[in-house]
Amino acid sequence: MSNLSKYRFLLLRRIVQVTILVLFWGANRYGWKVLAGNLSTAKVLDSFYLADPLAVLQILATGTIITLDILIGVLIIVFFYGLITGRIFCSWVCPVNIVTDSAAWLRKKGYREKGNKYLKLSRSTRYYVLVLALILSLILGVAAYEVINPIGITVRGIVFGFGVSATVLLLIFLFDLLVLKNGFCGHICPVGGFYSLISKFRLLKVHLENDKCTSCMDCKTVCPEVQVLGIVGKKSGDISQGACTNCGRCIEVCEDDALRFKFF
Amino acid sequence: MENKDSSKISRGDLLKGLVKKGGLMMLGGLPWAAYVEENKEEEFVLRPPGAVDEKKFVESCIKCGICVEECPYDTLKLAKPGDDALTGTPFFTPRDIPCYMCTDIPCVEACPTDSLLKDLVSDDNDKYNIEKAEMGVAVIDRKNCLAYWGIRCDACYRACPLLDEAIVLNFERNKRTGKHAMMKPEVNADICTGCGMCEHACITEKASIFVLPREKALGKVNDDYIKGWDKEDESRLDSTNIYIDKNQVEKSTLDYLNDTGSLLNDE
Amino acid sequence: MGFSRRDFIKKTAIASAAAAIGVSVPTKLKADSVQRAKSGWRWDKTTCRFCGTGCGIMIATKNDKIVAIKGDVAAPVNRGLNCLKGYFNAKIMYGADRLKKPLLRVDEDGNFSKQGKFQPVSWQRAYDELEKQMRKTLKELGPAGIAIFGSGQYTIFEGYAASKLMKAGFRSNNIDPNARHCMASAVAGFIQTFGIDEPAGNYDDIEVADSIILWGANMAEMHPILWTRISDRKLENPDKVKLINLTTFSNRSSDISDIEILFKPHTDLAIMNYIARKIVYEMQDAIDWDFVKKYTVFATGPVNTGYGMRTANHPKFTDKERETVKGQSSKIVSKAEGKTLAYLGYKEGDTMEMKNAKGAGKHWQISFEEFKKGLEPYTLDFVANLAKGDPDEDLETFKVKLEVLASNYIDKARKVTSFWTMGFNQHQRGTWVNEQIYMIHLLLGKHAQPGNGAFSLTGQPSACGTAREVGTFAHRLPADLVVKNPKHRAFSEKIWKIPHGTINPKVGSHIVKIMRDIEDGKIKFAWVQVNNPWAATANTNHWLKAARQMDNFIVCSDSYPGVSAKVSDLILPSAMMYEKWGAYGNAERRTQHWRQQVTPVGDSMPDVYHIVEIAKRFKLRDVWGAQNIPGLEGGLPDVLPKAREMGYKPDDTLFDVLFANEEAKKFVWPDPVGKDFDNTEAVGDKRTITGTMGEEWKGYGFFIQKYLWEDYRKFGVGHAHDLASFDRYHEVRGLKWPYVDGKETQWRFNSKYDPYAAKQNYGDFAFYGGALKAIPQGDLKGVTDPVKKPLKNKAKIFFRPYMDPVEMPDKKYPLWLCTGRVLEHWHTGTMTMRVPELYRAVPQALAYMHPTDAEKYGLKQGDTIWVESRRGKVKTHVETRGRNRMPKGSIFIPFFDEKVLINKVTLDATCPISKETDYKKCAVKIYKA
Repeated sequence: MSNLSKYRFLLLRRIVQVTILVLFWGANRYGWKVLAGNLSTAKVLDSFYLADPLAVLQILATGTIITLDILIGVLIIVFFYGLITGRIFCSWVCPVNIVTDSAAWLRKKGYREKGNKYLKLSRSTRYYVLVLALILSLILGVAAYEVINPIGITVRGIVFGFGVSATVLLLIFLFDLLVLKNGFCGHICPVGGFYSLISKFRLLKVHLENDKCTSCMDCKTVCPEVQVLGIVGKKSGDISQGACTNCGRCIEVCEDDALRFKFF
Repeated sequence: MENKDSSKISRGDLLKGLVKKGGLMMLGGLPWAAYVEENKEEEFVLRPPGAVDEKKFVESCIKCGICVEECPYDTLKLAKPGDDALTGTPFFTPRDIPCYMCTDIPCVEACPTDSLLKDLVSDDNDKYNIEKAEMGVAVIDRKNCLAYWGIRCDACYRACPLLDEAIVLNFERNKRTGKHAMMKPEVNADICTGCGMCEHACITEKASIFVLPREKALGKVNDDYIKGWDKEDESRLDSTNIYIDKNQVEKSTLDYLNDTGSLLNDE
Repeated sequence: MGFSRRDFIKKTAIASAAAAIGVSVPTKLKADSVQRAKSGWRWDKTTCRFCGTGCGIMIATKNDKIVAIKGDVAAPVNRGLNCLKGYFNAKIMYGADRLKKPLLRVDEDGNFSKQGKFQPVSWQRAYDELEKQMRKTLKELGPAGIAIFGSGQYTIFEGYAASKLMKAGFRSNNIDPNARHCMASAVAGFIQTFGIDEPAGNYDDIEVADSIILWGANMAEMHPILWTRISDRKLENPDKVKLINLTTFSNRSSDISDIEILFKPHTDLAIMNYIARKIVYEMQDAIDWDFVKKYTVFATGPVNTGYGMRTANHPKFTDKERETVKGQSSKIVSKAEGKTLAYLGYKEGDTMEMKNAKGAGKHWQISFEEFKKGLEPYTLDFVANLAKGDPDEDLETFKVKLEVLASNYIDKARKVTSFWTMGFNQHQRGTWVNEQIYMIHLLLGKHAQPGNGAFSLTGQPSACGTAREVGTFAHRLPADLVVKNPKHRAFSEKIWKIPHGTINPKVGSHIVKIMRDIEDGKIKFAWVQVNNPWAATANTNHWLKAARQMDNFIVCSDSYPGVSAKVSDLILPSAMMYEKWGAYGNAERRTQHWRQQVTPVGDSMPDVYHIVEIAKRFKLRDVWGAQNIPGLEGGLPDVLPKAREMGYKPDDTLFDVLFANEEAKKFVWPDPVGKDFDNTEAVGDKRTITGTMGEEWKGYGFFIQKYLWEDYRKFGVGHAHDLASFDRYHEVRGLKWPYVDGKETQWRFNSKYDPYAAKQNYGDFAFYGGALKAIPQGDLKGVTDPVKKPLKNKAKIFFRPYMDPVEMPDKKYPLWLCTGRVLEHWHTGTMTMRVPELYRAVPQALAYMHPTDAEKYGLKQGDTIWVESRRGKVKTHVETRGRNRMPKGSIFIPFFDEKVLINKVTLDATCPISKETDYKKCAVKIYKA
């Protein structure tokens, strides 16, 4: 348990998440040029942009034509997440992940697995939210999800200063803790949903060697998208569903060395 | 849909499912839409220089905040939930920090989405000209403006970056004292950029000169009346074509003509 | 990219800026603004705290709090109006960081230490230290080792008490006001020309003048209410009334001016000679010969008089400074001077030795022909080329403007009033340029008549009333008397009931010299009163270091902490204007009194108390024995024997003799004029202040302010400085002196209006002023007959040539720097920067410059820059827009902002006659910070 290697990815993820936030914050506070803006659109090294594809889709839905800079920024992101790393945005970049992970951890400590007592919600809800976001954007002429997107509110809060918006994080935390396990990131968030949809054919995957697996199910206990681990204890193979965030928790908790990252 | 056998789900179930999901989406969508609608209907928000019109702006702004980061005076803020602007979009409050009208307009330069459009704040030669900005227009509350009482203030006038153009002083004799002049500020809406330096400088407890979005502060004359004494004014006609010959008799015309109503009796 | 701008301007957010200058945020007011009910309000008249205009205001108090103010509709100056500073007269009283307790630098044991930190102490502890330090210095250096920085914002009572204490008590003439920086050149101009200080005319000139000419007076910002009167005059008859604004940069006074003349710094000397030349050479019939012959003589003086600086061998100068300071000893004659000084035999490239640096003020009578000869070089061509201040302006246009200017003066059908303020006065030839304006008016016979006259405006609310009339200067006594003159000393000693020989005949140190003496270790005790000299004195890097790094003791009486308080050793909390009885005198000789409206804040006390309390601690034997005075042969005599003859005992205190004598005690309190009003000095107040002697403060027991007034008034009555009785001023809205037979005087020297002129029985006019009225005879080159000839009832028309200022832009320092004020702030900003509204309106001092200059130095609007001279540098921001539009080659930075302490940059060159600093020109460079 106390073995640091059991948290090696978790630590690395936290470092990456915090570094990104610090870079954004420093860009506003001190004018650093590494990473300016926020997670909806960021300017990298004062030369090119990265843009959130879902935000851009919503803007397109309002009938607005997007600039080439932004289009390239979207393509880079789609290519990177979709074809190479998969949905690592959710586990390695997004700061809300820190909140929901801690809710999950507390839940594990205190509530164990009492089941979803208060609410049953399909994992596909996020896709409906995504569709709804696009429809509402079309109808209202505003990127509809961006108005309420807790990720945006959080990052802007950190970079430009929180207001009452900090309560959004608290709500998500309580929701995940008390109402639904992995509720926000695993069920509702359409950003994660979007990346799930495009990540099916990624290169970086978790690979299971069933021979080593003792079916202890530790991996399933920690996995925020537990449905992706369907093959555990059954057969060797890649975890290929798009919903896997490549967070690496399953790998690091596996006592049997049955799981590892695999490229190609 | 007609193929009962190939589906394990009955048509009824499917319909029920669709209705249920559709209903749920409606249920979630309605308050969401209402919130978004409420949030975007902030009509008194002041945008950075070069902002496209408000409707387009809320459509196209990607809320990256790079303009805010580039603003050297911390004038621009990104709207938080509860602010008087669509969440995540940049705006400013002149009474706190006005726009200092940078000549190199870093906020516009930084915008990746054309929500802040260089063309709107550039001369024909593609060089920035902040004086073309139309962030809003300053409005004077003449009841509470000290200068209109005869107090020698005109702090707004001296604060104006386009002094003597955007704000001019009208000199008038003070009939009460018989030997002093009043110096009343007046805003020239054609030149005022809405930077808010005047609002910031105003010395009354609550500013008696303040910036409003141009659509809110300014009226609009009918396109079909032109100032006879102003040749320039005809240019307004270029963008209008209000009389279009449809070459058909409106039904309402016929209905009107055919309805003699009470013309022939007193009922 | 934008971050150099952000670094600084970010601080315009009120809180952070205030924090940056160590000032608590001025948002909270103690005034109870909730009480809107009129019941129980007491309205009383007073005047505005700020400029020399002297607007009347009414002040409402309830429950010992100021609840509101309004413009006084009965006040003839402003008829109920105010400017935006006047609007905040109440609010300046209640800034959150008012000084409330005496503060002393102490070490860990509570003993005074120069390196200690400020800690609150009792009034008694403060005065124990004050006395100890003063005694120490008196013992070491004598009366010449102590000094007071006085003020044009003293109430008359304060100025009089301070002057009497110093001159009659401590026998030191080292008391000099900040008015030295402001009005000294005007004073020297008045004394040399008319033999008596202060203007002939008054504000009513405005309503009858046909041409109003501003010479270095941005009245639109600095005299806001007078400007509305000028504007109204223009509106009344826009075709006839002409307004001309002469300035070195475009300012708001050009708004309704018919002509704006932008001239190069210092060339006002040449422009006026151009006008005079035009009169004398081309339009002789314009000269009012009757007037000139009967009422004037011609005069001139030396030119090699230096620039009021110390010589370059002074050890504290840096090499860079010496590049400029060497001009004090000698200079190379420039091309322009080669022409204008040709009459003395100088030509371009010659070396001029400044042999008359010490006798700069001497002058002699010359003939009209000589006068005319001196004017010869000032042709339109020559002057236009020399003086054109805007490189972008067409020379021919400029010439036309000069011609129109001249014709406005010359046109016999026009009444002309000239106004000036700091443009003339803060000038390395300030006295000359003041004299030149009289030259024009006197040649044309257009002076001392309604609408016709040269009118010197004052900057401060009581530059006239206190500094000048009371004579809180190093060389003056009340009512234009001077310490040098034995008759004047004797007269003063009689009024003051002190032994003959008490008053020190040696002129003391003027305000700049007090600073220099502190740096030189010649003054080791200095007391700042109603003034902020370490922020306001040019070249202040020297003075800041001297105050903190040398062995001396600096006391600062103030209401708010500022730069001077910061470099002091002891801070005494002062009551603000409406927390004490007072009187101010404005620019038009109008004296206005007010009553104490409320109890002072905290433990603060009126400055009269600060001054009088120290008198309690010195006995006659301490100060009236023989005294050594550097530079005064034989020193000061022992006057104790004579004092004994007069009935004084050596153990009597200065307090007993000067302030609480038998006569003083006759002014009893209560007095009907003060019914229902407080008098903290007379009887204490509702606070229980423990006084400087450790006693509970119950007051002096008599009406000390009235005594001071009536004592002071004796100097002027019957001597053309007649003031009215104390009570009279509480029945009216001020009175213009001389006040004779119940009537004030509108136009002095004019027999129709001025009883003193009429009394001379000399004609329509009589320039009866008595100072410097016997001068030798000579020609342009010098004195030919040293016998002094009296000039009864005559004024002097001076010929004064054009000369360059000592420091001009060059390759290394390519820009002119001018400093000054803005409408929103008062002087060094200690009061107005604490009014949140005024702070927000103008939060910082910007560097106004031409956009092309900004571009030339790679700067953008808003960029942070260093402004650097040979003496120091400050950081500020580029402003290429806004209220002041600079010609290429010039920048302007106001001095209200202690974060931009521009006086680190300015040059302490002065007019050699008046000793007034030239804040309007020095050379600087700018570069991106």
